[in-house]
Amino acid sequence: MSRRSITNRRRWRRRLRGPAVVAAAGTVLAACKLPTFGAYTGNTVQGNATFHLWQGFFVASIFVGGITFALLIYAIIRFRRRGDAIPKQVHGNTPLEIFYTAVPILIVAVLFFFTVRVENKVDAVAKKPALRVDVTAFQWGWKFVYPSYHVTEITQGPTGYPTLVLPVGETSTFRLVSNDVVHGFDLPNFDFSRYALPGVVNYFDFTPQHDASFVGRCSHLCGLYHADMLFYVKVVSASQFMTWIHQQQGRASA
Amino acid sequence: MTTLHEPELLLGAEQPVEQGEHREPGGFYRWVTSVDHKVIGKNYMYTALVFFFIAGLMAELMRTQLFNPNGHVVSLQTYNALVTIHGSIMLYLFAGPIAFAGFANYLVPIMIGAPDMAFPRLNSLSYWFYLFGGTTMLFGFLTASGAAAFGWTGYTPLSTATYSPGPGADLWIASVAMVGFSGIFSAVNLVTTIFYLRAPGMTMFRMPLFVWSMLITGILILIAFPVLTAALVMLYADRHFGAHFFTVSGGGVPVMWQNLFWFFGHPEVYILALPFFGMISEVVPVFSRKPIFGYKGMVFATLAIAGLSTGVWAHHMFTTGTVLLPFFSALSLLIAVPTGIKVFTWIATMWGGQVKFNTSMLFAVGFIAAFVMGGITGVMLASPPIDFYTHDTYFVVAHFHQVLIGTTVFAMLAGFYYWYPKFTGRLLHEGIGKAHFWISFIGFWITYMPQYLLGLRGMPRWVGVYSPNFTFLNRVSTVGAYVLGIGMAMLIVNLYWSWRHPVPAGDNPWDGHTLEWATSSPPPAHNFHSLPPVRSTRPVWDMNHPEHSDAVPVVTGGDESAE
Ligand code: HEM
Ligand SMILES: [Cu+2]
Ligand SMILES: [Cu+2]
Repeated sequence: MSRRSITNRRRWRRRLRGPAVVAAAGTVLAACKLPTFGAYTGNTVQGNATFHLWQGFFVASIFVGGITFALLIYAIIRFRRRGDAIPKQVHGNTPLEIFYTAVPILIVAVLFFFTVRVENKVDAVAKKPALRVDVTAFQWGWKFVYPSYHVTEITQGPTGYPTLVLPVGETSTFRLVSNDVVHGFDLPNFDFSRYALPGVVNYFDFTPQHDASFVGRCSHLCGLYHADMLFYVKVVSASQFMTWIHQQQGRASA
Repeated sequence: MTTLHEPELLLGAEQPVEQGEHREPGGFYRWVTSVDHKVIGKNYMYTALVFFFIAGLMAELMRTQLFNPNGHVVSLQTYNALVTIHGSIMLYLFAGPIAFAGFANYLVPIMIGAPDMAFPRLNSLSYWFYLFGGTTMLFGFLTASGAAAFGWTGYTPLSTATYSPGPGADLWIASVAMVGFSGIFSAVNLVTTIFYLRAPGMTMFRMPLFVWSMLITGILILIAFPVLTAALVMLYADRHFGAHFFTVSGGGVPVMWQNLFWFFGHPEVYILALPFFGMISEVVPVFSRKPIFGYKGMVFATLAIAGLSTGVWAHHMFTTGTVLLPFFSALSLLIAVPTGIKVFTWIATMWGGQVKFNTSMLFAVGFIAAFVMGGITGVMLASPPIDFYTHDTYFVVAHFHQVLIGTTVFAMLAGFYYWYPKFTGRLLHEGIGKAHFWISFIGFWITYMPQYLLGLRGMPRWVGVYSPNFTFLNRVSTVGAYVLGIGMAMLIVNLYWSWRHPVPAGDNPWDGHTLEWATSSPPPAHNFHSLPPVRSTRPVWDMNHPEHSDAVPVVTGGDESAE
């Protein structure tokens, strides 16, 4: 009798070991290094917050989707028709129905909580930014104005893409408008985009974390050359940034 | 009211003499003048399928252009027009009409034991509006400046006269408005029919879930479509009568269009989804030989989805910077709850059953898989920061194609294979059907999974050319699209086969549960010669399986229709 209960307990322990290991591994993973799940890590303080939110959503999806697909596949295999018998006519099960209503509510409540936290971070606009950049979108190009330095970068012709240069580690505030139709100011490596709308002025901040160069795009359909509305983004050190500014100023006065 | 196609009943004794030379209208004339809901329903279905294949060919053309980063299959202008008309056809002319005007027209009256729709002539008018409205959109390609090229959402100011001159845009506006009216007529008709023409014993909570879905869809149409119509009228006035609703220079507000459009547009995506949820709720129980698990939960989940869907439109506008993010995000996340309930309900219905996997059930299960995937990415998009990142990229394209192909194609085909014997009296070929399912299903995943990754890597939507570093995934997606296309062509093969090699279906080939299986295939002019008593949600099951019947035994023998 007692021996049996011991083996029972052992069996239980063995059974619990699997999930426990998974849970522990999950916490450890969350604490250090999760994969990117296809996303960019977000080269700004703001974008990086979005990136971590993405990881969280992805992990939650693996759990929820995994359980759902497992149930579905089990049902497909286990309950395929094997004869002419009429199965038990079950019309429902109130506790189970309440359970599969309540658990999703709980899950989305948690997702909402983290969403709001990140959203506030991504949407915050600094009172005293280190740099102001005014962006104007037009058919089919971009104008980047650095008002405090009187520097302007603008699309020139079909392949004269302009460059948006930003100092690393500093917070820049952007002012985004459109001259004509709706455009999408999209910087994939910053994990961010915002509409450029006629009649609406949008403000947002970027605090780049690492040197980088990549391509930004117009993401919203804006007419014939929408696909070709590209711009370069360059994140450089503060001194390189000032060198670039002086170069531009020299070019403008020359 | 439906005398035209029933001359055999009128040729009785009281037939006036001057009608002696009355001939039964046959063929084309009979078809054009019919106001029978079954004929109109079939017209709708087959017209919608034709539109589906036209838009499908456009999709294959676009995917061919995207096989190379700098494709020269079509010009950039043509590409934009193709995207616009492909999307518009799929959403306005195929997905909605095939369900709430095709299947619903044919099935709802029969399922509730009614002889026809409440307003047969309005029904016919609605079809002709749809057909003429639909072809109007295609005529855009015949104009000198080409078809509308501003996306199926028609955002202002791109769609105003300044940026989209030419008749293509006007044809698009006229077309969507006409189809919108046709939708409103269908909705009025459906809602009235369901409220007033139910057979004795068919209480609201005994209606098949398909009928519930159609009722709630009808109500959503009545809420959403008039807003779209109003917006289209405003846009037309801007273009031609010098109004300034959507132009900044005249004091207008361009983003207003987005609010109006999505106030229609988000309910619209559920108008497209709910009817197909209803079909799955019929197919899964029948092939599992069980009643639906939690019938009332399903009804309330449908109501909750409809209610919430009117309050989440701005989740398409997170990146405009003009909307209250937490509110729209919370409601959008919440809508996943009733949607999840539906998925668990379908699985629970299969649980413990005897599930038969013929073509219809395969498509039903394929729908559930596709829908879970699309729903999960929908939840991600409902979080504004993640949406900032992925909005207007291929991630969104993958999301909505997974939900939309899951619902309006896979679930529709589950319904089509299920009810086709009822519509025609013939069975479809199971072997071809299974090939149809597997080829499409595999093609579907190959097409859309790479697009999620493309979106995350920064490939925007609505582009006919792209950076070479996206080439590989685009090629995979294009190959998948061809496989999907071959799969869908099997439907045509199957229809042809069943026409040339008819296999009689019988009245009730699947051991169905609901009233349409109590009449002949296809049903007679007024649908029933006699109705079985309706004492539960499954009157035909009760009749055929008295030992497992749901019906509460009638103790007093009283007539329940009094309730
Ligand atoms: C779990 C439920 C769902 C949620 C939370 C959800 C959420 C979203 C969100 C937030 C967007 C906006 C993405 C963006 O443009 O950045 C979106 C787009 C879209 N969704 Fe869903 N969705 C769900 C289910 C559905 C269903 C059932 C359908 C239709 C059958 C659908 C069709 C669409 C379409 C067509 C778009 C793209 C609209 C466009 O052209 O811009 N979604 N969805
Ligand atoms: Cu653009
Ligand atoms: Cu939506």
